[in-house]
Amino acid sequence: MSTHEHHDHGHDHSHGHAHDHTTFQPDIREPSEEWEFLEIALRELLIDKGVITAREVQDQIEAWEKKSPEGGARVVAKAWTDDGFRQRLLEDGNAAVAELGFEIEALKLVALENTDDLHHMVVCTLCSCYPRPLLGVPPLWYKSREYRSRAVREPRAILAEFGTELPETTEVRVVDSTADCRYLVIPRRPDGTEGMSEAELAALVSRDSMIGTATAFAPDGEGRSG
Amino acid sequence: MTERAISDLGGLPGGPIDTAEHEPTLSERRVDAMMMLLRAKPRSFWATDENRRTIEGLEPKTYAESAYYERWVLAMRGLLIEKGVLSETEIEAKLSEVRARHAEAGQ
Amino acid sequence: MTGPYSIGAKVKVSQGLPPGHVRTPLFLRGREGEVIRHFGDFPNPERLAYGLSGLPKLHLYQVLFTMDETWEGDGAYAPGDTVTADIYETWLEPL
Repeated sequence: MSTHEHHDHGHDHSHGHAHDHTTFQPDIREPSEEWEFLEIALRELLIDKGVITAREVQDQIEAWEKKSPEGGARVVAKAWTDDGFRQRLLEDGNAAVAELGFEIEALKLVALENTDDLHHMVVCTLCSCYPRPLLGVPPLWYKSREYRSRAVREPRAILAEFGTELPETTEVRVVDSTADCRYLVIPRRPDGTEGMSEAELAALVSRDSMIGTATAFAPDGEGRSG
Repeated sequence: MTERAISDLGGLPGGPIDTAEHEPTLSERRVDAMMMLLRAKPRSFWATDENRRTIEGLEPKTYAESAYYERWVLAMRGLLIEKGVLSETEIEAKLSEVRARHAEAGQ
Repeated sequence: MTGPYSIGAKVKVSQGLPPGHVRTPLFLRGREGEVIRHFGDFPNPERLAYGLSGLPKLHLYQVLFTMDETWEGDGAYAPGDTVTADIYETWLEPL
């Protein structure tokens, strides 16, 4: 993949919008592939024709950057500490997360509770359905051919690759997100976390534990590798 | 005989999962943002399912070899033409212009 | 009010192989499972995919399958492990 020193931002300036050179600095790479040229071509045509504006694209990018697994972790920590909330979350995910300020339109949010006996692991074998409002943009591996193929057939092998060992007596339930639901796993609350605050608990809730390829971190830092 | 859709992967064999984290590039973010803008109200040019159908309609080789957002931008191109928002001719013309501009800038 | 199937109903996924956009994965076609949840009704995605309204809406269920029913021993799972998918009523048959 070639990179070029010279950055061509003329198309942004030509539409009269101040281009913030700092926003994407770590990621700036000169487009070099055909699909990236296609992205530029479609965007410029849509802007020229007044279908969308450069500002809207920028705002949309920034709005999505604010969504991250920290949102989901807040929801989980609340469920761990507030039994009423936990019940409401399991019964009607959309209404419960709205209490915390998360708007999930159009899709049905379904929370799955992991216990000693039952461990949920979520996949989308047909595309890449993911609870983006609560977890942000999915990691590459979640969208990968390998994960989407193998998760429903080799869940124990995949869990092992993620460093997650569960006893045979725990039912591993792979949840294929094939339709209008988006699934959030509530990992099992780790032992030894009694008396911890919601914020302290939220720090134990990793993204992968809310997908179900991992468990929540132990309070002593165990399982935090990688 | 069974026709497996190219996107229907459940149960197929596969190698180890590459769990390396990836920070989305600017191009990827822009594709994502545009897709959301075009699909959402007030524009509502197409439904998510039309997007999926279009991706599944890519040639199997293209589907297998292209990255996630590459498939998205190809689907976006197809849907913008299908819905009459842009024409194939104007996209090709613009694409030539973008390639030329890039070649010049890269000198 | 859970549509044609009640929670706990035993069902079989249709074997059908229609062309076009389908939301029932191939690996579950013809497999027998149990309805464990009813999600309500949603516009038919297999029509929405072609620019249609998707109406009338369809009932959507979470259906549970044992790994053994699904893979007949050929997979990396423990005896009690399961898999679920969200399946629209048009893809299910009563058992």
